[in-house]
Amino acid sequence: MDFIQNFPFFSILLSLGSGVLTSIMNKKAARIWNTFILTAITVMSAVLFVYMLDVGEPYTFMMGHFPAPWGNEIRAGVLEAGMALFFCIVMMLSLKGGQEHIDAEIEETKVNLYYIMINLLLSSLLALIYTNDLFTAYVFVEINTISACGLIMIRQSGRTIEAATRYMIMSCLGSGLLLMGLCVLYDITGHLLMSNIKESVAYVYAQGTYKVPLVASIGMICVGLAIKSALYPFHTWLPDAYGYSTVSSAAILSSLVSKGYIFLLIKIFFRVVGFDVIVDSKIVNILFVFGLFGMIMGSVNAILENDIRRMIAFSSVAQIGYIYMGLGLGTTIGIVASIFHVLSHASTKSLLFIAGVGLTDASGGSKKFVDLTGSGYRNPMAGVAFAIGACSMVGIPMFSGFISKLLFAQAAVANNVGKQLPTLICLAVSTVLNAIYFMKTVIRIYTPSGRNAKKTQAGEAALMSMKEHPLYHVTLLFMIILNMILGCCSQPIVDWITSGLAMFG
Amino acid sequence: MSRLLSEEEYRKTKAFKVKRWYRGEKDPYIGQVELKPQKQFQEDINAQKQRIHDEAILRRNIYDIEHNKKLQLFSKFYKVISVVFVAALIGILLYVVSYLPPVGNAANPDNNEVAEKYIEDAMKDTGAVNIVTGMILDYRAFDTLGESNVLFIATCTVLILLRVDSKSKKKEEEESDRLYEPKNDIILQKVAFFLVPMIIIFGIYVILNGHLSPGGGFSGGAIIGSGLILYVNAFGFKKIERFFTQKTYKWICFAALSFYCLAKTYSFYCGAHHLETGIPLGTPGDILSSGLILPLNICVGMVVACTMYAFYAMFRKGGF
Repeated sequence: MDFIQNFPFFSILLSLGSGVLTSIMNKKAARIWNTFILTAITVMSAVLFVYMLDVGEPYTFMMGHFPAPWGNEIRAGVLEAGMALFFCIVMMLSLKGGQEHIDAEIEETKVNLYYIMINLLLSSLLALIYTNDLFTAYVFVEINTISACGLIMIRQSGRTIEAATRYMIMSCLGSGLLLMGLCVLYDITGHLLMSNIKESVAYVYAQGTYKVPLVASIGMICVGLAIKSALYPFHTWLPDAYGYSTVSSAAILSSLVSKGYIFLLIKIFFRVVGFDVIVDSKIVNILFVFGLFGMIMGSVNAILENDIRRMIAFSSVAQIGYIYMGLGLGTTIGIVASIFHVLSHASTKSLLFIAGVGLTDASGGSKKFVDLTGSGYRNPMAGVAFAIGACSMVGIPMFSGFISKLLFAQAAVANNVGKQLPTLICLAVSTVLNAIYFMKTVIRIYTPSGRNAKKTQAGEAALMSMKEHPLYHVTLLFMIILNMILGCCSQPIVDWITSGLAMFG
Repeated sequence: MSRLLSEEEYRKTKAFKVKRWYRGEKDPYIGQVELKPQKQFQEDINAQKQRIHDEAILRRNIYDIEHNKKLQLFSKFYKVISVVFVAALIGILLYVVSYLPPVGNAANPDNNEVAEKYIEDAMKDTGAVNIVTGMILDYRAFDTLGESNVLFIATCTVLILLRVDSKSKKKEEEESDRLYEPKNDIILQKVAFFLVPMIIIFGIYVILNGHLSPGGGFSGGAIIGSGLILYVNAFGFKKIERFFTQKTYKWICFAALSFYCLAKTYSFYCGAHHLETGIPLGTPGDILSSGLILPLNICVGMVVACTMYAFYAMFRKGGF
């Protein structure tokens, strides 16, 4: 076995162990250590990614002395390694972009608790990506949920505690459904390991003996994970959770936490139940319909919003709708489009949150649209970054959002008429709605404010210069570059996703 | 009276005191135990008015039912829809259950080679007589590592929510808490005096025998934790802070979990590369057997006990 094949195991255990280690550290040490392990895991994932592209064969790694159906196992392929790399980069950028706010908004003695949450969240995301065992996935879903809750409420105000309570209730419902689904699945297959379940499911499905429990368990798993990743009718926890928590938390929650669950769902589609069975069970059609609703309703809600953070949060609902619509198309090309949109949305949404906070800082901390007038001149870098993020969300060429919309449209055209027409219509309508609220904001931040308007409600509007906040500006620059890479060099990435999906099956 | 001791020495013995109490010459409670009638809680009439007024305003602002038509409609529909939804869910699940394989049937899909190997080879493979412990701490130790981290992160989240760190708030909080703390409840103290050591010793027994008999780190830790909670209820926070403070908690958790992580990293690494760990399994049935399971059980037990106590202390007064 090559030494590089240890890297997934190292990265999971390193982040898990650092969570424990951080509990005895002070604020500064915790931050430095967190940066260190994030860098280390990013490098390891990058090396693994290059290695996997070279080898082109997935491999399994035994966690312990006992082979797979008895012991635990993790599995790595191109898609897993690439996802891990991408998640680490986005997490690093979100943390660095919001670092000043972490320092300002969180009590001095609790900052190390924040980094405990971040480290354990990272470990759970990595474990969700790499695991080959459904029960391990469930255990790490729990860690993911609790740490996300901590991230929301660490900035202690009434709204965040209310948001965290909502999140906890909805998430517990989701976890409960997921657990029940897994139990039923275990009862009819007798396995927890993904590859073994897939064989048993194919057998059970061909036999037709346990068809009702099988369909019910698939339904419970899908709905459970859909609740946790805020698909449209289950999105009620989302706006407050993203709107009032500290900005790094919001960026990480929207771009990573919900995406981890979506990745798990795709993994369950391909590696546990088998894609043919999923498509045959018609569950995808339900996800498709909810996805379409989400695309429209999320945007409508965002238009009605008068608070920039909540507007970006509602835009997340629409984007999650896109992803589920892609899953619902029921073709491999649709899934490829969805995975690309996971990447595109993760990079764009974190960029928007970080840029948005720069704009609100330059307006005396007010998040109201009226006060944001002209903030693009007061904080030029954040203004440019926000404009780029908005263009990407609307789907202007050169930026990542355009490519994912293109892929969705291609996937829709390849489908039958029943799904083709609604998809194309909803894509068009949703794009127009996106343009309405994002362009409204961009125009607002570049409207010169008169001398009188400079005194905003929340206080004197401050100029944000490059010299005072170097870290923030560098982070934004990196985020823009990441977005442009996704938008301009999309073909290798799409090829990578396609080959990774082929390795899944 | 005693024949062996002089009158003066005899007066000092317990027997004399018991006899005096028996004859009714002296009641040991009078003059020794302070019996104070509880003061009735009294509030200034203006403060009371203010409080009621504030509550009413708050209530009106939040639940403005008369003017909020939407909320009125919502609260009506909410009840109906929630009942319908739950009933539908119960119906679907019952329907699913009726299709599941019958319990205890030998031909069920879950009676396969996985369960078979656990039952037949667990003692040989892991050295643990208790198969369940063998499964959770050796076969599937990665899941259990995640699970103990779930406990750890749950305490951290409660710390975020309830720990009172700012100085002024802390003082205020402690003062108000001390007022309500029961003092010198003699019955509770006497019972706890006997029970707490027994509970803790039983917890330690359950942990140490986790690989031999039913039990293990999770259950034993819960027992020790409840012993600690009983202790703090009987004797107050001042007494327990002599040996268990926030610092103790922090270091115990850190030591236990980092030992767990390191030990398992070593064992996973060796396992994946098919190397020998060099940890002897011992004779099944001995207390010192089954390799890493015993130390890991102790770690899990410590984490669970600390978590239980920390939750209690956090809810009671926002700190240790």
